[in-house]
Amino acid sequence: MKRDALPDAEAALVALVERMAGAIAKDAALVGIYSGGAWLAERLAKRLPGPHPLGFIDVSYYRDDYALSGLKPNTRRTTLPFDVEGATIVLVDDVLYTGRSVRAAVNELFDFGRPHRIELAVLIDRGGRELPIEANYVGARVAVPRDTTVVLSRDPGGTLSLGIEPLRGVA
Amino acid sequence: MTTRNPQLNRNGELTHLLTLEGLPAEVITHILDTAEPFVSIAEREVKKVPLLRGKAVFNLFFENSTRTRTTFEIAAKRLSADVINLNIGASSTAKGETLLDTVDNLCAMNADMFVVRHAQSGAPHLIAAHLDAMSRTHVHVVNAGDGRHAHPTQGLLDLYTIRHYKRDFRALTVAIVGDVLHSRVARSLIHGLTTMQTPRVRVIAPRTLIPTRVEALGVEVHTDMREGLRDCDVVVMLRLQSERMRGALLPSAGEYFKQYGLTLDKLALARRDAIVMHPGPMNRGVEIDSPVADGERSVILPQVTFGIAVRMAVLSIVASS
Repeated sequence: MKRDALPDAEAALVALVERMAGAIAKDAALVGIYSGGAWLAERLAKRLPGPHPLGFIDVSYYRDDYALSGLKPNTRRTTLPFDVEGATIVLVDDVLYTGRSVRAAVNELFDFGRPHRIELAVLIDRGGRELPIEANYVGARVAVPRDTTVVLSRDPGGTLSLGIEPLRGVA
Repeated sequence: MTTRNPQLNRNGELTHLLTLEGLPAEVITHILDTAEPFVSIAEREVKKVPLLRGKAVFNLFFENSTRTRTTFEIAAKRLSADVINLNIGASSTAKGETLLDTVDNLCAMNADMFVVRHAQSGAPHLIAAHLDAMSRTHVHVVNAGDGRHAHPTQGLLDLYTIRHYKRDFRALTVAIVGDVLHSRVARSLIHGLTTMQTPRVRVIAPRTLIPTRVEALGVEVHTDMREGLRDCDVVVMLRLQSERMRGALLPSAGEYFKQYGLTLDKLALARRDAIVMHPGPMNRGVEIDSPVADGERSVILPQVTFGIAVRMAVLSIVASS
């Protein structure tokens, strides 16, 4: 696979921080979608002028492919340590593709209350949407073959990197 | 030739939950792990997730139970399933319909899952075998207690509670006290604890309430409660059913309480940080003294809360097999 087609994850994160700084609401909460989005939300909370409340969301129970692929092991607890009712929330995800995870995350947020506004920040936008969803803030845009998946990983030192793997199961 | 475990499908996934006996440790661990994040759903504004939306769960209770039926109902509803409670005693069976005819009729109403409580040991197995024979592999059975045989979701919620407070089964001494002979709760818990490699599982009861050859299950038998409680990490009290008094197995409730009722005084023999469990409903002053039931080491009410999460885990796992 052409790995050089992908940008450096840390460089894309710098670009994402630049686009978000000054653009997101001062009191906006950052909510990372597990796992990649959670790592990014932690990093963004440190780098953006804040403080921004930090939350994490696991969309496993809200996915539309549950009947096809079952429950993933290691589902994590959704933690939103702020009042969702009336909040401004920036959802953070690693890769925006079909838009289905974001749909699931938005639905889940509404089960905690009625947010004032929800925005979306992603490290990578790879196109290929199957739902009317767009990101407000994008670190980098890439074009990769349909039958692949873009994977964000984190080494023990916390450095992020991007890789391409063949698609397994449902996207 | 080996017989296939009727609870697992061809891919080794849990498709019915009938008993903890013979259930692999990794399946039990998977259920407990799956239950963990479900606990927090009760704290949400909307206490529901859409996992089983559109699925029909039939509660088939051929024997009365308020708590188990209610917690199954709550579990299914928190997963957004539709729950239909059948009051069997007052319906078809009373009119002479067989168990399997009832099941076939409910399948014709597009049932996806049966939660079954029955006074006859093996009734849920019978239903599961029937569904498999009819190639209805998309319909699942969960045993909510059958005769003296098994009560697997109670066993699982007990395991969940023990793991929550004590972490590692492989370092524990667990005592199960009371009417082990008639208790499907005790049987399920014993199988679960031994599968999870609990080194010391004790049963404490008068001789008349201990099944013969119970040692074959890998437990130590104690008839002296003080001796049995020594150094225990977990004490599980069983309900003494009042009908046992009439059956000449015991002299009187007062005498039973004196010897086998859990008091603060007896609990002092267990470890300082021992937890006390009870599957409910409890008889205060018969098997457990109020200062123990309401004391700081009692985890009886958390057991109920965990029970809902564990049942959510079981329902969602079998539904996705």
